[in-house]
Amino acid sequence: MSRPERLIDENGRRVDGRRADELRPIRMEVGVLDKSDGSAYVEFGGTKVIAAVFGPREAHPRHLALPDRAILNCRYHMTSFSVEERKPLGMTRREIELSKVIREALETVAFLEEFPRAAIDVYVEVVQADGGTRTAGLTAASLALADAGIPMADLIAGVAVGKVDGQLVLDLCDLEDKYGEADMPVAMAPRFNSIVMLQLNGRMTVEEFKRGLALAKKGIDEIYRLQREALKKKFSKISPEEV
Amino acid sequence: MALAPKKDLTAKIMRSKIYSLLLQDKRIDGRKPTDLRPIKIETGLLSKAEGSALVSMGSTKILTGIKVEVGVPFPDRPDEGTFTVNAELLPLASASFEPGPPDERGIELARVVDRSLREGRVLDLKKLCLIEGEKVYVLFIDIYVLDYDGNYFDPSLISALAALATAKLPRYDVVDGKLQKTGEYFTPEIRSLPFTVMVGVIGEKFLLDPQLEEEKVLDVSLVMGADEKGNITCVQKNSPGQVPLELMDSIVDIVIEKTGEIRRKFLQEVPVKLAESP
Repeated sequence: MSRPERLIDENGRRVDGRRADELRPIRMEVGVLDKSDGSAYVEFGGTKVIAAVFGPREAHPRHLALPDRAILNCRYHMTSFSVEERKPLGMTRREIELSKVIREALETVAFLEEFPRAAIDVYVEVVQADGGTRTAGLTAASLALADAGIPMADLIAGVAVGKVDGQLVLDLCDLEDKYGEADMPVAMAPRFNSIVMLQLNGRMTVEEFKRGLALAKKGIDEIYRLQREALKKKFSKISPEEV
Repeated sequence: MALAPKKDLTAKIMRSKIYSLLLQDKRIDGRKPTDLRPIKIETGLLSKAEGSALVSMGSTKILTGIKVEVGVPFPDRPDEGTFTVNAELLPLASASFEPGPPDERGIELARVVDRSLREGRVLDLKKLCLIEGEKVYVLFIDIYVLDYDGNYFDPSLISALAALATAKLPRYDVVDGKLQKTGEYFTPEIRSLPFTVMVGVIGEKFLLDPQLEEEKVLDVSLVMGADEKGNITCVQKNSPGQVPLELMDSIVDIVIEKTGEIRRKFLQEVPVKLAESP
């Protein structure tokens, strides 16, 4: 994949035809896996992610259990075929860091003190990476937690904003991530108007940073709406016999 | 697999003390909320390392060493030298650090410093190329936390920059496509000095550069950095918790101001002349 001559054309259209403040087509489905306690599939354009939750269940090894709340384990992982050049098996340093920031975002909203001595395991698998995998993963993970019936103060919705050809854009695709000037993943708890994940790869001016957060908020409000819709869709389908 | 760290139960009592002090613009060690701890920078302490720096921020101490090798460039950047950043939270720095390979905290620290150096465009990597496509300088920037009294991020980046700015790289001549040491040394050009400031939020208040007692009770913390041109070069929310969106504007503004303060201190202590920046 080489760099296109321009990432934004004279009409303000991006490589995939979007406008600067436009999200990619988003698909969400809750309860896609049978054996986990909660699961969700999320697609942001070419980015495809599955998240699954196990628990609350007994913490292993036992000495890790906390007396006052559940421990939350989180693993963000990319399949070997999710990227252009095959990703070696096992966890890279990047995946270890992203597991940490995703876990910290989820810990913020999950009522872990409801389940002392227990463990809740969250697994995020990136099936295909086309930019914004950590934010799509976190969006899916929060749906999976809700699907597992873990009480939460809010859902978490995330999206990346970035700077491409000197312009701020919403929901970066892979090309924009690779060849743009900055990639800033943002996730929020919309009910509280607060940030639960924030990173920056690249550089931007103070003014761009502030505008970037506002642009992210706009995308996040839409993603949040889609999340609630996806949850309602699953739970309105269940017939009384199944309960 | 990432595990949630244990919460210190005495922290709840400490939090209310620190918070009530913050309401009066005070802190447990007498600082104002936006004061940084005193910074001390020493460079060139070690002779086996091509570059070294010992930096303290209050009683948090960081030692960075740089080792240089000749290696192969990345295929997509055949005319550029490379660098990698590693960080270890040594068991001698804190009772809470355990021996073993870097855990997620060490990896996060290394990657935050790495991004700051890379996105701040500190080094001109093209000038670290020896034979295009074949031989380039490879810099290993290794950060060790020696004493952990909160906030290992800011002093780690300071020490990495100080070690780079005073490093002595061997010069090579290319003779018949082979490298020969000339016996001379040179210091890599530094084009930019991005620094970070760790911000801790408690309630609707925030403080900078938390010491350990404060760090333990923060609602949430983030590390933000900027270069001398006022570009944001680093953002990393590095703990669980929520940052109120309406706090961000004032946080960014204070980060620009305080990274400037660190930069002035750095330029007083470290002999460096900034090269033409890109």
